[in-house]
Amino acid sequence: MDVVVTGLLLGGTYALIAMGLNLQYGMARIMNLANGEMLVAGAFVAFWFWTGGQISPLLTVFLVAPVAFLLNWLIYVIFLRPLAKRAKSRGQLEVDAILTTFGLSFVAVGLMLAFFGGEYFSYSYLSTPVYIFGDTYGANRVTAFLAAVLICGALWLWLARSRAGMTIRAISVAPESARLVGIDVRRTAALAFALGGAVTATGGSLISTFLTLDASTGVIFTLKALVIVIMGGVGDVRGTIVAALLLGLLETFVARLIDPGLTLAAAYLLFVVILLFRPQGLFGRPTA
Amino acid sequence: MSALLSLRGVSKRFGGLIAVNRMDFDVGEHEVLGLIGPNGSGKSTTLNLISGAFPVSAGSISLRGQAISHLAAQEINRRGIARTFQLVRLLPSMTVLENVKAGAVFGHRRRWGNEANVIAEAMLEKVGLAGRGHMTIGQLTYIDSKRVELARALAGEPRVILLDEWLAGLNPTELEEGIRLIRSLRDDGCTIILVEHVMDAIRSLCDRCVVMAAGTKIAEGTPADVLSDTAVIRAYLGDDDA
Amino acid sequence: MTKLSSRDWGNLSLAGLAIIVAACLPWSAGAYNLTIGVTIAMYTVLATSWALFSGPTHYISLATAAFFGVGAYVTGIGIQHLPYWSLLPIAGIIGAVMAALVGLATLRLSGVYFVIFTLGLAEFVRQIITWSQNISGTKGIYVLTSINEADIYWQLLGLAALVWLIGWLIGRSRLGFALRIIGDDEAVAKHSGIDTARAKILLFMVPGAVAAITGAILAPRYVYLEPSLAFTPMLSFQVVIMALLGGTGRLWGPLVGVIPFTFLWETISASFPNQTTLLLGLCFLVIVYLLPKGFVGLIDALRNRLNKGEAWA
Repeated sequence: MDVVVTGLLLGGTYALIAMGLNLQYGMARIMNLANGEMLVAGAFVAFWFWTGGQISPLLTVFLVAPVAFLLNWLIYVIFLRPLAKRAKSRGQLEVDAILTTFGLSFVAVGLMLAFFGGEYFSYSYLSTPVYIFGDTYGANRVTAFLAAVLICGALWLWLARSRAGMTIRAISVAPESARLVGIDVRRTAALAFALGGAVTATGGSLISTFLTLDASTGVIFTLKALVIVIMGGVGDVRGTIVAALLLGLLETFVARLIDPGLTLAAAYLLFVVILLFRPQGLFGRPTA
Repeated sequence: MSALLSLRGVSKRFGGLIAVNRMDFDVGEHEVLGLIGPNGSGKSTTLNLISGAFPVSAGSISLRGQAISHLAAQEINRRGIARTFQLVRLLPSMTVLENVKAGAVFGHRRRWGNEANVIAEAMLEKVGLAGRGHMTIGQLTYIDSKRVELARALAGEPRVILLDEWLAGLNPTELEEGIRLIRSLRDDGCTIILVEHVMDAIRSLCDRCVVMAAGTKIAEGTPADVLSDTAVIRAYLGDDDA
Repeated sequence: MTKLSSRDWGNLSLAGLAIIVAACLPWSAGAYNLTIGVTIAMYTVLATSWALFSGPTHYISLATAAFFGVGAYVTGIGIQHLPYWSLLPIAGIIGAVMAALVGLATLRLSGVYFVIFTLGLAEFVRQIITWSQNISGTKGIYVLTSINEADIYWQLLGLAALVWLIGWLIGRSRLGFALRIIGDDEAVAKHSGIDTARAKILLFMVPGAVAAITGAILAPRYVYLEPSLAFTPMLSFQVVIMALLGGTGRLWGPLVGVIPFTFLWETISASFPNQTTLLLGLCFLVIVYLLPKGFVGLIDALRNRLNKGEAWA
């Protein structure tokens, strides 16, 4: 039973991270392979504030989110918008975006190694429980889960109800028609991208309370987030949450019952199964 | 006359929208069939179903008695159905000759080497572009790019050619040339399905017409009969101009 | 197949001559230069075969490390039971089969899925091998042979010649023509009777087999083989960078990227070992924003400028 709870707790945090990627890929139409590095950066800031000034990661989030928002907005405007402008086809844009975000991800890893981590694994430990609650589960995991649920819920409501949220969903469904009804697609895409980055960085701050990270683990989280997004369906908020919980469960089961070294292999197998049998996502309709 | 290509109860649904609803028609050998109707009536979708651009939701399409509606686009092309596209699609990195050769090498007859070159040159000549094989796609005028696309479709020596609004967007002189070109194909004995809006072309080229409105067939017959049919006139001029 | 023109013969003999000259390196160079020579030969093989597939299809494969690692393990495990020379074709066949399976699963889908799938593949195989080693209680494998650096170099050079030959033959074949059409417009390709999925899968088997053979050739160099060594993801990225830096439009394009990048990489990792990641990232950005067609594109542009006024411009 505790495997299920631990899995769900982990999945809740994954949902937040994947939500960030889904905003970027589903709405802004950029497959951001540097997504995991944003997570690690968020985690690092949380660690830094905690070890430096005993500031709770739950407070740090309020700094991390706006900074990440701004940073991602700049990345979109400086690097990605010119690609969208010059691309002759969707395929061309896709290739360029993949290469660029890979480049940015390596640059980010390189910079983090250079400035913070000459000693590599030094800032990896932040697993001190923050509050002491309930049962046998780490309080940090429960807190991170609750915070993730709160943010996911708020985001869902915002996307479903608010005008800005509807605009974002509109450009994900039909960018051409959105343009016709007077939506500034370019600005909205930048907004979605920046928001996605902010959500992921927040997820990073939360996840750092109970997972060990280092400068180069970003790519693993990118992979996991991608698996979740594709499983849940690109642009589908509900699907993302369900898929994240499933992945959290699967990883916990594999880690407990087989070998902790196989969690990524398990996520990958799940991805293969999805690709073979439901490439349109769990709740997606076949397009053909 | 036994049918070369026949559609039986062919339907296509996109989500809740029924784009094509239980279409039945036959095309005989050496026949030119016009598929006409107002915008959004399902003509191009029907053409896309025949060429395998996407699968049918129901019904069957057969070529010389053999079902083809379950096949992928490339397999349908190999069986002998070639097409042009509503918005011209040429291969931008290749020369005019290579574009046409693409049809000869991989189409119905699958020729290779010198043989493919000979066919490609011959098709270029047929569409009136003799000696221009070395040109790049960017250098072509609009009608010439349409000619290249037609030559590519012809180069596979298909049994049936599907022309999706091939005459659209041409100026009056070009239109006259275009009609003459298609008529010459008809004189050569090609079997053609023509999705078209240009009435003059329909009258002078088609042996028979199938009229569609809102996804269904509303009339079938010779151009003269069909174009005087009241239902057809209502479909074009009446409430349905979506 | 069309006949060879005199220009074809010229190019062929030029390429043959270049390979013969390159083959003389072990006699003229010192140990360090030979090591560099092996590195260059290895990346030339990997990047050229990568470009054969990714150039025309625009699919970015990050599976190189997976194929390479599997090939290395074929030698590592097989050397105890089978003669060395039989291992290379075995590695090639396994690599090709793996590539075909990956292709079957992903090449019908969009390019993004392919990238993720191939990126995860190396990590997947690595975790599985590590896990099975944990179960059986072994850590790594000793690969003890009498094969020296010069032998490895000559084998890689031979493989490079083979890759170029295959690339050249594909370029002249129906498959090569089909791939150019697919690269231009996949829908047109399908409606012209090309089985696009089959063409892509067939082609993807080439880098799969070649990378596995490369791994098999290089395994003796490691002496002690571990999963983290054989499946290093950096290899996949370096191959992508070198191929794109050189340019995928020509058969010799990747070579033009491999040589300068290898020297740059050696310099950086000698003086700033922690900054190789940063270098890799910057190279990606340079490729996208400054050299979208690689050095080949640059050379072509210069040549066009020189020829301005002539028929081609």
